[in-house]
Amino acid sequence: MAESVVVDNVSKHFTVQNARTLKQRIVRARKGERRNPTFLALDQLSFTISQGEAVGLMGLNGSGKSTLLKLISGVLRPDRGTVLTRGRIAGLIEITAGFHPQLSGRENIFLNGAILGMSETEVQGKFDEIVDFAGIGNFLDTPVGRYSSGMFARLGFSIAASVDSDIFIIDEVLAVGDPPFKKKCLQRIREVRDEGRTIVFVSHNTTQVKKLCHRALVLEEGRLGFDGSVQDAVHFLHYDQDDDEDAEGGEI
Amino acid sequence: MSTGVEDHPLGPLRPPGDTTGLFGVLRRRYLLKLLVQKELRVRYQASLLGLGWSYVKPLIRFLMYFLVIGVLLGLRDNVPLFALHIFTAMIMVSFFTETLNAGTKSVIKNKSLVRKMNVPREMFPVASTAVTAYHMGPQYVVLLIACIVLGWSPDPTAFAAALLGIAIMLTTSLAVALAFSALNVAFRDIGNFVETISMVVMWSAPQIYSWDFVVDKIGGTWLEQVYLANPVAVATLLNQRAFWIPSLGPEVDTTGFMPEHLLLRGTVMLALCLALVWVAQRIFSSLEANFAEQL
Repeated sequence: MAESVVVDNVSKHFTVQNARTLKQRIVRARKGERRNPTFLALDQLSFTISQGEAVGLMGLNGSGKSTLLKLISGVLRPDRGTVLTRGRIAGLIEITAGFHPQLSGRENIFLNGAILGMSETEVQGKFDEIVDFAGIGNFLDTPVGRYSSGMFARLGFSIAASVDSDIFIIDEVLAVGDPPFKKKCLQRIREVRDEGRTIVFVSHNTTQVKKLCHRALVLEEGRLGFDGSVQDAVHFLHYDQDDDEDAEGGEI
Repeated sequence: MSTGVEDHPLGPLRPPGDTTGLFGVLRRRYLLKLLVQKELRVRYQASLLGLGWSYVKPLIRFLMYFLVIGVLLGLRDNVPLFALHIFTAMIMVSFFTETLNAGTKSVIKNKSLVRKMNVPREMFPVASTAVTAYHMGPQYVVLLIACIVLGWSPDPTAFAAALLGIAIMLTTSLAVALAFSALNVAFRDIGNFVETISMVVMWSAPQIYSWDFVVDKIGGTWLEQVYLANPVAVATLLNQRAFWIPSLGPEVDTTGFMPEHLLLRGTVMLALCLALVWVAQRIFSSLEANFAEQL
C-alpha cells in the first residue's frame, strides 16, 4: 500500500510568549534578552500512515495531538523534519472555524466548501446532501450566529464530510452533538473509511476509536509512545483501568 | 525520499499546505470571490448606512477640501476646474489609503481561518484589495458623468493614462496590503506606521494643489525626482491627465500642468510596482510560516 502520510523526524517548538510589538522587541533587545522561552510540542516524531488506513490518535491533553494534526493539514510547518502527504486533505481541526456568524447557513455552506477546497459546482452538487445530513433545512437562511451549538457543529461536520478528500482529519468533533447525531457522524466516518480514504481520528473515547480505527498512535509529551493495535493502545494508556465513567461512549 | 509508488493516481507525496502564494490565490478564484462577497455583506450589515459609508466619507472629504482649500484659501482661482482636480486625485489617494488600512488588518481579522484552515493566506490581503477596488467602481462612474457634463474630450493619451494609473494603483496597493498584513501579525503596533504612511501619502500627491505648484518650488531639483518616485503621485497625475486635462477645454493653456514624459514615467513605475509586489510576496512568505503560532 502506498503511503498517505509520512512524518519523518518532526520537531515543533512553540514560543511561550512572543514579543508582540516592535516596541517590546526593541526593549528586549536592549536588555539583552535574545531568545524567548520555548517549549517542545513535538519531539523527533516519525511514523507512516498507509493509504486507506484509519488511525486513531490518542494521548493526554497537551501531548501534541492538535499540533500534529495542524502539521498534517498544513496549517503549521515543522521546525525540523518533514511532513509529506498525498492527495487532498479535508481538515476538521475545528469544524466551525470557517463560519461567519453574520452569514446565513446557505452562504456559509458555500464559503466553507470553498475554504475546504471545493469548487462551485462541487458544492452545488452536494448542497442537498449537506443540508439533509445537518438537518438544518428550516434554518438555511438564518445567520449561523443564531444557531444552537448543536446545529453549528452538525453543519460544520456535514460540510467537511462531503469533501471528496483523500485524507480526512477529525479532531474531537464528536465531543459535541447529541447521541443520535454522534451515531450519524460515526456512520458517515465509517463510510468514508470503507471508501478507502485515509482517516486520522483524534478522540479520548476509546469505544469510538476501537470501532473506527485499525491502528492507534499514542503521543506522550510530543513523542510517539505507542504505535499498534487499538486494544493495546488503550491498555498502554491505562484507559481500561478506570471505572467506565464515560459510559455514554459505550452506547454508540 | 523514496515514496515506493512514484506514479500514484493521487500524485506524489508532497508537503501539505499551500505555499504557492499569489498563484495559489489565482487558482482559487472561487474562494476569493466568496471572501470578497462575505466582506461586502458583513460591512453592509455592520452599520445602518452600510456600504453607504464608503461613499459618504469620501463625499464629505471632497466637500471639505473644496470648501476649505478651494473657496476659503482661494486655490480655486489658481487651479482651473478645481473640484474635478481634487476628485481625480482623491479616487487614487483614497484607494491607496483604504487598501493600506483594511489590508493591514486583513490577516488578523481572519484569525480563526488562518489558525485552523489550510488556505493560501495571501487570499486575505488580496480580498481586501479587491473589496476596495469594488468600491472604486461607482466613483469612476461619478467621475465619468462629471467629465462628460464638463465637456470631456479625451485623446488616446488620456485612455492610456487612465489604464496605467489604475494598474499602478492596484499593484502598489496590493504590495502594501501584502507586506503590512504580514508585518501586522509579527508586530502588533505596526498600525502607527500605517497611519503615518497614509498621512504622508495623502499630502504628497497633487490633490489639493496642482503639479505646477510643485514645479514652482522644487522643479529641476532632485526633490522633484523624489516626488515623482512616489507611485501614488504618479498614478494621481495619470488620472488627472486622463480626466481633468481633457475636460479643461481649448481656451485653457495646459502647458506645464503635467510633468514631461508622463506615460513613459508611468510605464516604468508600473514595472517597479510589479517588482514591489514580488518583494511584498517574499516578505509575506517569510513571515507566513509563523502566522498560525503568533495569532
